[in-house]
Amino acid sequence: MKIAVCIKQVPDTTDVKIDPKTNTLIREGVASITNPFDEYAVEEALLIKEKHGGEVHVISMGPPQAIDVLKNALAVGADKVYLVSDRAFAGADTLATAYTLAKTIESIGGADLVICGKQAIDGDTAQVGPGIATRLRIPQLTYVSKVREIDIEKKRVVVERMLENGREVVESSLPALITVVKDINEPRLPSLLGIKKAAKAQIPTLTAKDINVDENRIGLKGSPTWVMRVFSPEARGGVGEILKGEVTEVVPLLVNKLMESKFIK
Amino acid sequence: MGFGNDHDSRITKHDKEEKQMAKLLIDADTCTGCESCLPSCPFGALSMKEGIAVVDEKCNFCGACVDACPVNAITVEKEEKAVTIDTSTYKDVWVFIEHEQEKVSSVSFELLGEGRKLADALGCKLCGMLFGKGVDGFIKEAIAYGAEKLYVTESPLLEPYRTDPFASAAVNFIRKYKPEIVLFGATTQGRDFAGTVATTIECGLTADCTGLDIDPETKYLKQTHPACGGNIMATILDYPNYRPQMSTVRPKVFPMPARDDSRKGEVIREPLPMTEDQVRTKILEFIKGTETVNLADAEVIVSGGRGVGGPEGFKPIRELAEVLGAAVGASRAAVDSGWIPYEHQVGQTGRTVRPKIYIACGISGSIQHQAGMKTSDIIVAINKDPEAPIFKIATYGVVGDLFTIVPMLKEEFKKRLGR
Repeated sequence: MKIAVCIKQVPDTTDVKIDPKTNTLIREGVASITNPFDEYAVEEALLIKEKHGGEVHVISMGPPQAIDVLKNALAVGADKVYLVSDRAFAGADTLATAYTLAKTIESIGGADLVICGKQAIDGDTAQVGPGIATRLRIPQLTYVSKVREIDIEKKRVVVERMLENGREVVESSLPALITVVKDINEPRLPSLLGIKKAAKAQIPTLTAKDINVDENRIGLKGSPTWVMRVFSPEARGGVGEILKGEVTEVVPLLVNKLMESKFIK
Repeated sequence: MGFGNDHDSRITKHDKEEKQMAKLLIDADTCTGCESCLPSCPFGALSMKEGIAVVDEKCNFCGACVDACPVNAITVEKEEKAVTIDTSTYKDVWVFIEHEQEKVSSVSFELLGEGRKLADALGCKLCGMLFGKGVDGFIKEAIAYGAEKLYVTESPLLEPYRTDPFASAAVNFIRKYKPEIVLFGATTQGRDFAGTVATTIECGLTADCTGLDIDPETKYLKQTHPACGGNIMATILDYPNYRPQMSTVRPKVFPMPARDDSRKGEVIREPLPMTEDQVRTKILEFIKGTETVNLADAEVIVSGGRGVGGPEGFKPIRELAEVLGAAVGASRAAVDSGWIPYEHQVGQTGRTVRPKIYIACGISGSIQHQAGMKTSDIIVAINKDPEAPIFKIATYGVVGDLFTIVPMLKEEFKKRLGR
């Protein structure tokens, strides 16, 4: 069983604060982390490997410093990692990114299962997973909260998908792509030995030439969308009101205010 | 850094020797070193070097700094893309009419309301795209909410929703009838399916939009979406050599339009170009959630955080929710402590919600929690700690013990609502 996992380096929003004067993000000293949903993706790949055997290949598309997240993946037990990095990839939107990652997976010999996080916490699009599946012409199972069964011989997988009002149990043929939510597992911490091994590892970089891409489908050139403007969201209207006094007064006052809103029916 | 539409331009080196589609140029002679541009950059790509602003590889060419520079020292050069398609052959605004468990999702009606405005601005028709089995009732409803034309495919394979047959039906219609704009609800179904359709067609798709507008000059669709957990807003456009322009749109952002059952509409039907053996997935079972009100649909949400102290601490939260007909939410701290299942988690690694009223009980309000709920119309914060960040975004705040206040709220609402 060969499993490919796509991960992304994102800014750690725990550190992100808003400058009260300019109302913009203060990004100074903001650390870069593995996208949280992608940690669940890596962990699920490791769990599947432990149960069914095989190899876990982790891919990250990004600048040279994205090797940090790949080293983390190595430290927890990934067998192989690849940095997909080339100036020609710059400005890629979700269509071009999904194309590039799909070509990468093909160029490493394909996979029986591709795992992605549900979405990245910076772009928040959740579009790259389905995009990769479509490019690879394999079925997609999004919002997966549990992998119930994998049958390598019969080439099938059964998962639970987390929907708005319940869980759907779906069977799919393999190879397939799944995107995972937080509920699926608890990511392990790297071992000391893993960290040591990862620190010494040479991470291979794949460029546009290595993955055999159509140059009209990558980077800014292969992106149908472009960012016209970026701005700070409007602050919430007005300053909040702190209701003061004895609880016996405050509670009816709050209820009055909420009843006045007409939203409570 | 992947904010805008997940544009990943971290790998760009600002290097004039390289052949690139875009460049950000800072004129060193004009730059006064005033630092006005630094905070304007959402990607943190600008810094000062020897008293002059410099840009690094994180630049996404968004141009935010161009407007911020008081001396016009910054310019963005973009190579124009050749327009290779005839955009005039793409007409009309389409809305994907989503349904689940015998009911049209309300976001589809909201989109018909917003789609009407876009169609009027473009002088074109508002249409719906509807797939399923036995959907005559839904067709009537979509017309009553404003669809002038409906593209319908019916097949037993289309109930319940699965990616393969839905994408096949949509791609078939889009290729044949060429809409200018296609809107989907940013629900699990809409987001699962739109990505597949856009990739197959090879067109643009902007995620989870909260604002849509037609540029008066170019008539292009301006799509605004929150990124980075809502800390940044980005307006996205599609290059004119890619059509249709597609967006998924966040539920509850646009108001429900008026229903008028006297409206008439045209129905265009196409068979499903797919057979069951071509569908690669099979739904074995649906396990309905145990909650009577789910977070996505809820008008009112009562949420508990670390302050509830344990699983039994959710009892008063649930009781208040029951009286209000509200859904029960939770912070990550409560979910990670195992006090309540993950389905309830609101925030960056949980769900994003937008109820009319969000009552946060014992939730401090980290930036990650706020990312999931700060666009709620009214936020009520109940917390012991007057310094908790939640009070900064709360419409109404009460400093005190939730175990005293929440049961009293329940009793008071019970009295007023006669429940």
